[in-house]
Amino acid sequence: MPPFVVRFRSNVPSLTPDFLTLYADYELADVNGFADFHVEIRYVPNLKRLFDPEIRFYFDGTPSFSVLPAQQSFPTLEWGLNWCVAAHSHHYLVVHAAVLERNGFSLIMPAPPGSGKSTLCAALMMNGWRLMSDELTLYDRNTGHIYGHPRPVSLKNRSIDVISSAFPDSVMTTPVMTESKGMVALLKPPESAVLSAALPAKPRWLVLPKYEQGTEARFERQGSARTFALIAEQSFNYDLLGLDGFNAVGSLVDQCICAKFTYSNLDEAMSLFQNIEAHLHEVVSVTP
Amino acid sequence: MLLLEVLRKPQHISSLSLREWDLLIRQARSADLLGRLWREVELSGQVEGVPEAPKRHLMAAKFLVERQHDAVRREIGYIDEAMRAAGLRAILLKGAAYVATGKALATGRTFSDVDILVESDDLAAAESALSIYGWQPVKQSAYDEAYYREWMHEIPPLVHVKRNTTLDLHHAILPVTARIKVNTQGLREGNALVDGCTNLYVLQDADMLLHSATHLFHEGELAHGLRDLHDLHLMFGEFGALPSFWDHLLIRARYLGLMTPLLYAVRYSRRKFHTPFPLGFLGQLESDSGQGSILMDFCYDRALLPKHASCEQFGSGLARVMVYLRSHWLKMPLGLLLYHLSVKSLARLRAKEDKAATA
Repeated sequence: MPPFVVRFRSNVPSLTPDFLTLYADYELADVNGFADFHVEIRYVPNLKRLFDPEIRFYFDGTPSFSVLPAQQSFPTLEWGLNWCVAAHSHHYLVVHAAVLERNGFSLIMPAPPGSGKSTLCAALMMNGWRLMSDELTLYDRNTGHIYGHPRPVSLKNRSIDVISSAFPDSVMTTPVMTESKGMVALLKPPESAVLSAALPAKPRWLVLPKYEQGTEARFERQGSARTFALIAEQSFNYDLLGLDGFNAVGSLVDQCICAKFTYSNLDEAMSLFQNIEAHLHEVVSVTP
Repeated sequence: MLLLEVLRKPQHISSLSLREWDLLIRQARSADLLGRLWREVELSGQVEGVPEAPKRHLMAAKFLVERQHDAVRREIGYIDEAMRAAGLRAILLKGAAYVATGKALATGRTFSDVDILVESDDLAAAESALSIYGWQPVKQSAYDEAYYREWMHEIPPLVHVKRNTTLDLHHAILPVTARIKVNTQGLREGNALVDGCTNLYVLQDADMLLHSATHLFHEGELAHGLRDLHDLHLMFGEFGALPSFWDHLLIRARYLGLMTPLLYAVRYSRRKFHTPFPLGFLGQLESDSGQGSILMDFCYDRALLPKHASCEQFGSGLARVMVYLRSHWLKMPLGLLLYHLSVKSLARLRAKEDKAATA
């Protein structure tokens, strides 16, 4: 998963089919090379292993706090990899946001859970946008470029049905029930997105999506001060980077057209995003 | 162990293979020494020689450490304010003292908390002054609370309600019940006021080193053992640049009653980091305090290494248990020790049962 190399081990065989399907297009790294993260999903060695096995995520031998049912192995691996990137990539400003690319420009969608960010991201990825990440946007404050590291898109609850009926060809894991997020299924990223994972993009559109039942899809311009506050809040290392973090959020926001996007129907949403640039210039109402 | 070889001879960093870098970064991360590794890279002028991928991890560690230092400097300001308001004086210990005095060894040093020392008569006043400024005690079990209050040299950790920073308030450098008797009053000699502060001081260099050594070799769980030993290694180098330091260090160690911790600091700093010492100093130290023992070497050679799969060797687990027991043995008389350990293991058992019952 460029720009990262992961060494992954597991003794949980039920993980294999999902892993092989969803990571089929990724390049194998040199065994004698450098790996950024050494991770493992392992059975918890207790009696429950015989009838109701539990698993745990390990980061280079250090166990995570949570012990989970073995059915959740794959979502746990994904969660763990996100943590690895978010907790160790301070050479970037790491923002909790989906990011996609078109013609060299990136669309960044920060959003708290439940805003329909992943659904929108999945639909855009099926409609010609290149998936860079559905969770973590990496902003290189020296070059001003956005990096992604495309990985399976995590769909929750209703969006699982929405995406699988809108895109019957899409490949995803069997949904599993989790305590924290409800039903979760992971959607395979397109091969083209994986193969061009290392390509950066210029920041261009910063859109805060919101799913609102029954509403007509629309953009509303948003002021840069408000967007700054949102990005700062949604970033994992804003405070840690200190002045660098402040400047990074500032320069990121300055390079983007900022807007809110409200939608209920995916087709409508897709047609608006098709001409995003034109639509964003049409709407003039700016809230500070 | 690769990390130790690199810290001893940083000049070879740029000739490492990617596979070696892979191991080095992991060992350094698990020992909390990534920031220090970056320091060695910079000091030896080899930034260009580090491949991109590991360099990103070192840079990330550098950012993290630099922000921690900013945070520690801010905390120092706030603590000084609280002490000033109450008209008390306090001494910064360990990491916070290295940063406050701008010592070279501070570079790359990671932090988890700030430690300060006050007169035992001032303890209640200091605690209440800090509480007014937002540092509140973390809730402890009734036993732990009583244990800290009655036997320990510090009160339970204080956490700031808004900034979530941890502060350890000490009134001595070892528990009241400890086997070695420390001349705590002696530590007040030669304190220096921290730059920009009115009520915060640091120990004189020799005492700073002796305190860090005492702390490390009374610690039961060496989660940061190698990092703390590396602090000592760097202090020997930095303070020892002044030739008169070595005689003074021996005088202070004898005067404060801290010859044994000094002996161990020297012994394990040499064993792990090949720290150079003047021969005369080593001779005097050995004629005073002996050489250490095979048993101690067995324990500390292993327990000082980070808990990483690549550092485990025959007896590592046993060595950690022995260090844990030794630390308690040093801190309290046998009767109290047996009582304390049995209460602790009962509490652990009970917690396990509760967990099993709720699962």
